[in-house]
Parts: sequence; C-alpha cells; structure tokens
Amino acid sequence: MDKKDIVIKVCSGTGSLSAGGKDVLEAFRSLAASTGTQAEFRDRCTAHQVGCRGFCSRDVLVDVIINGEKITYELIKPDMVPRIFEEHILQGDPVDEWMAGEQHREFHAAQTKIVLSHCGEMDPESLDAYLASGGYEAAHQAFVRMTPGEIIEEIKRSALRGRGGAGFPTGLKWEFAGRMRSKEKYVVCNGNESDPGAFADRCIMEGDPHSVIEGMMICARAIGAERGYIYVRDSYALAVKRLGLALRQCREHGFLGSNVFDSGFDLDIRLYPAPGAFICGEATALMKSIEGKRAMPSPRMWRTAEKGLWGRPTVINNVETLANVPRILGRGAEWFAGVGTENSGGTKVFSLTGKVKNTGLVEIPMGVTLREVIYGIGGGMVEDRAFKGIQLGGPTGGCLSEAFLDSRVDYESLALAGTIMGSGGMVVLDETSCIVDTARFFLDITQAESCGKCTPCRLGLRRMFEILQRITNGHGRNGDIELLEDLGSHIRATSLCGFGMTAPNPVLTTIRYFRDEYAVHIKDRKCPALVCKNLLTYSCIQENCTGCGLCKKVCPSDAIRGTRKKPHKIDQDLCVKCGSCFDACKFDAVLRE
Amino acid sequence: MDEVLDKILENYFENDGNSLTILQDIEKSYGYIPEDAVCRISRKLDIPPSRFFGIATFYSQFHLKPRGKHIITVCRGTPCHVKGSEKILNRLQMELDIPRGEDTSEDLHFSVEEVNCVGACGLSPVVVINSQVQGQMSINRMIEEINKLRALD
Repeated sequence: MDKKDIVIKVCSGTGSLSAGGKDVLEAFRSLAASTGTQAEFRDRCTAHQVGCRGFCSRDVLVDVIINGEKITYELIKPDMVPRIFEEHILQGDPVDEWMAGEQHREFHAAQTKIVLSHCGEMDPESLDAYLASGGYEAAHQAFVRMTPGEIIEEIKRSALRGRGGAGFPTGLKWEFAGRMRSKEKYVVCNGNESDPGAFADRCIMEGDPHSVIEGMMICARAIGAERGYIYVRDSYALAVKRLGLALRQCREHGFLGSNVFDSGFDLDIRLYPAPGAFICGEATALMKSIEGKRAMPSPRMWRTAEKGLWGRPTVINNVETLANVPRILGRGAEWFAGVGTENSGGTKVFSLTGKVKNTGLVEIPMGVTLREVIYGIGGGMVEDRAFKGIQLGGPTGGCLSEAFLDSRVDYESLALAGTIMGSGGMVVLDETSCIVDTARFFLDITQAESCGKCTPCRLGLRRMFEILQRITNGHGRNGDIELLEDLGSHIRATSLCGFGMTAPNPVLTTIRYFRDEYAVHIKDRKCPALVCKNLLTYSCIQENCTGCGLCKKVCPSDAIRGTRKKPHKIDQDLCVKCGSCFDACKFDAVLRE
Repeated sequence: MDEVLDKILENYFENDGNSLTILQDIEKSYGYIPEDAVCRISRKLDIPPSRFFGIATFYSQFHLKPRGKHIITVCRGTPCHVKGSEKILNRLQMELDIPRGEDTSEDLHFSVEEVNCVGACGLSPVVVINSQVQGQMSINRMIEEINKLRALD
C-alpha cells in the first residue's frame, strides 16, 4: 500500500451522539486497530471526534480525508462503517451512495464560518489540536505584548457587538469596566442560552470550548479582572463536561492560575452550572444567581460594567461574543469589521429550525437577507409549502410575515421590523402552523418564566396568556385583539427588566402582521391552519373508509366504532382530538376540519 | 441523613459556597429536595428554611417531590412544538397514568417532565429518556421506548 495520510472525523455534538455518533467512532477505531491499518500508518491514521458542524438532521456525519482530499458521508450508522473502511480507506474507492449530496453543499456554501470554523474540524477535547491551529496565541499576545488600552481599541475598531441579543458594542463595555478603579473585577461568560429554539452557544461550548476560554482571558486582561465565571445551563450536560475538561487542561498548561504567560497577572476561571431559569440570561438576574440567590433582576441604576457581581465591576459577555474575540486579535479588527455591515462587524450564528428543508446552525455575515437564509441555506420550505412567517429572537422576539423576506439581518433592520436579533433563533412557520397558537405557546413560556418581581410582567403576561388560551379554545370574544394590544403595550412600557419589555413582542407582532387569522379564530371559531385542537372536528368519510380498523387500533380514547370491512364512525363525545386516526389512516378517510 | 448533610456542609465551607450550591448538592445526593434535609441544614447554619425554599422553587433544576425511576423529559422548545411535541407529551401522560398536574406516576416508576429546550433543535421533536437525547421522536417510537423500559423492570 502506498503512503497516505488518513484522517477520519466523526461529528460528536449532542445531536450526533443521540444518533449513535459514539458507536460510529468506536467502530472506525476498532477497525483501524484490528485490520492493522493503525499499526501500519501509526500517527498518519487517526480517527477522532469533532464538534458539531450544525447540520444535525443528517447526523451522523463523517469526514474521511485521505491525503487532504475530503469526502463527507451522512446518516452513517455503525453497521455502515466496515464497508466505508474496506472500500474507501483500504481500496481508495469512496462509497458514492452514502456520500453527502447536494443538500449538504447547499447548506454550507452560503455560510461564512468564523465562530464555527473549529466546529466540525477539531477535537474539542484536545488542547493540542487547539494549539496546533494557533490557539492561545491571541491570549499570549494580549497578556505579553499588548496594553489593555490597545486590546480595547482593537475590539472597538472591529465593530463587534454583543451576540446575546441587545447588541451593545463589546469594546465600549470593556472600556467602561476597564476605567473603574477596583481591586476586584470579574468577567462572566453568559452561557445560559434560555431561548428555546436557539442552540448556537451550546454548539460553540461543546465544539470549541477553548475559544470561549481564550476570549475570556483576553477580556480579563483588557479590564484587569482576576476571576472569571462561565455560567452554563445545567441541562447542557456535554457542554458542562467539555468546558470543565478544557479549564483543567488550561490550568495544567499554566494558561490559567498565577502568573499567566509569565506576565505577572493571575487569572482563575470557574465553571458555574446554572440551575435553570429563563430569566438568568438577563445580566442582573444572572449575577444574583452566581451570588446564590433567587435570580430576580434589579433596576439598572448602574451599568454592570461599573457595579456588578458583589458590587464589583463585571463584564458579562455572551458565549458567541467571546468566541469571536481571539479571531479578532488573530486576524485584525479591519478584517472582522469588513465581514459585516457598517455598524455590526462579523457574522452571526442562527439556529435555523421549523418548516425548512435544511435545519441546523448557520453562520452568516451580518446584512444577509432572510430570503437568502430560508431559500438558500435552508433549501426552501418543507414539501414546498407556502411560507407564512418567521419567528426571530426566541419567545421574546417577534414574528415577521412574508413582506419582510427581503429585509436584512442586522440589529437595526430587525428592530425596524419590530423584532430583535436575540440569541439567534429562527423558527420558520408555514401554512400548517397556526399563528395564534404560536403566540400562545410563547406566552405560556414567558408567563411561567416571569420572575414575579414586577406586576406588569407577572400578572400582565398571565392575563395575555389566558386571553390567547380562550381564543384558541374557541371562546374568543369581540375586543380581545384590542385588549391584547392594550395590555401588551403597557407591559412593554412599564416592566422592570428587558424580559418584560420584550415578552409581549410575539403577540404584538403577530397581531400587526396576521390580524385576520386572529379574527377568524374569534368570529368564525375556526383555525385555518388546522392546529388549534378545540376548533377541530374529526369525522369519517364514509366513501373512502375501507373498514380496515387501523384507526380503531390507534385511538387512545376508544372513540371509533364500526365492524371490520364496514365504514367506521367517530363518536364526537369521546374524541379527544389527538389526531392519531388522521395520521394512521392510509385511505384519506378521516376528515379534519 | 446526617452524614450526607455533614459532607454537604463541609463542601460549603471549603469552597466558599452559597445557599444555591447547598441545594444543588442535596438534589444530587437525594434526587430531590427533601423538606427534612432543608430544615436540618437551616438549623445548622441558622438561615431560615424559607430562604432555601425560595431558591428551590425558583429554579427548574430543583424538585420538591421524589422523582420516578425512569425520567422522560419532553422538550417543549419552539421547533419541537412546531413539530408536535405537545401531542407526544399528552400521549405519554395518558400512557403512563401520570395524575393531572403531577410529573410522576403513583408507583414512582416514571416521571414525565418538560424542559424549555435541550438545544438539539435540528432533531426536533426531541425527548430525553434517562439522560439520553433521542431525536425525531414519534408517538409510535415513544411507545416502543416505554415498552423497552417496562421490560427492564
């Protein structure tokens, strides 16, 4: 066999592990060992795990790279590994039928990977791999060769803005904290990522933990902090594990601890598994949580950069913001600023989900249009159904209609349309999604997650939720739409923190763009998208029914009557409207209306 | 119980901990927060139990009642909702006889819980069965998984 370099990369994010990624990796490793390939090639044949590359719906994804030539396989199961190994690796003949196709190319082609550049390429549990790609050089430079003022200036010129949602200029935040005279200062990485539907931060923490830590180190040096906390959601088990491991590796290598890089500075970063509450993403609430209290936000009398954790100056940055920092120092502020728009530099990672063909993490330069994201990277709508709306920025963001497909994705344009960038959730809705039900769903989350401190948010959101509930249950009243608008605008104006100020957004924006759909629910007691359970009826179309009995078998409430081979009937009093019969019927004999 | 609690307190003093870390340790040791444990800790530290319960009821990590042997968590994130997670949840509660307003079956075999998002949205709808994330779930597969768990008992 001629000389070659073989690298096998197996995706190992949460998504991939649930699809059996670990077994696939093991299968490659054991084959490499048992066939003697490992012995023959030594360190020129490696099989290792890599972070999530964002295309979880096609997991397990495997890259086989022979002499630099990369072939990606998708939907790989452990029992497919021997054939790939035999034909591709040993005989040099790739297995065409399992190769990732057009969809994969389409998904990645329009993306610009900066923050996610390591995810899918590098073993997240290996410090050596990170060092080999130039890791910790930016931190070294920051500690040894740059002054805090120079670092802050560089970040300011890069036009980096907070990726947590509000978009505050990062350099400015650091400058405020840097100016404060205090013996103790803190840097906090906000990895709470509460928005359901957003998972960019999870992938970065799982796939590239060292970039986050390096970003924190640079921030600590810039503001003069000796202590940092990584606040990460406890339910992100894999992220907690990998960050913990990365921190240990850093301490062993002397990147953390006393006298970092022989610069005379001390820095310690600790992991703080967050006990789980949506509100903890809010800066003042997050700090209360680290201090061991109920996470209730306080009025912002001071900037957290001036008076934060235990009253000391504290910089709180989002995971994605921090992961950008080493790249900016490494490649220069001009390069970074050049990628985005005038006011916001760089890229933003979005979690594209819902009714599009390609779902997953997408990283796009600021300023790209929604249409390019949905129809380009997303590959269009599932089953080519009609686009209805897109919810941006999580449950406190807003829902935009088709008219906004050509608006640009940056902080200003989205604010103009009435929504927010948020943490980057993009949930695409089609004609089978009910707008009122979606709004009700978001309010259900926000009313439950309200911390309860201020009245508008605690009681107002609850009332709004109840009104939405009665509309979707078929008991909507005339004037409900106006009542929702009135309540929403008051909650927005009078709540204490950013959570309450944005929580009515989904209702207010959907009323603004989809008022008719609300009206149909209230006046006609119908759900055009056929989603709201209590507004539906299921019945049997006698002509189509063959009496196969499948519906009867799946019905959980024994509501279907009939003898075999004769048309069946659905007892409306017993029907719980679960839709099981509709899904099960092979003859289109169940009518849902 | 005292031994376990002593250890938790030791940890608290050593790592300059706070009320929250104590509760996290209790949850880890018992699988939930027993009232008795909180009362004992509160006496030892001279901190009113209300402060602990205030924290315990605030965060979703803490449970005040014992949980089932098998814990099934249905993700209720937006993408999962859009793809029908509510149906899965309802069917699961019916299938496992979970009393209304409760999480756990009376025989303490199963707990059905909801989580706002597990961040595996590309695989929606997602269900976490005993800490294993399972993507692209359907009602039929869910029932198969439950039967597998029942067969284990």
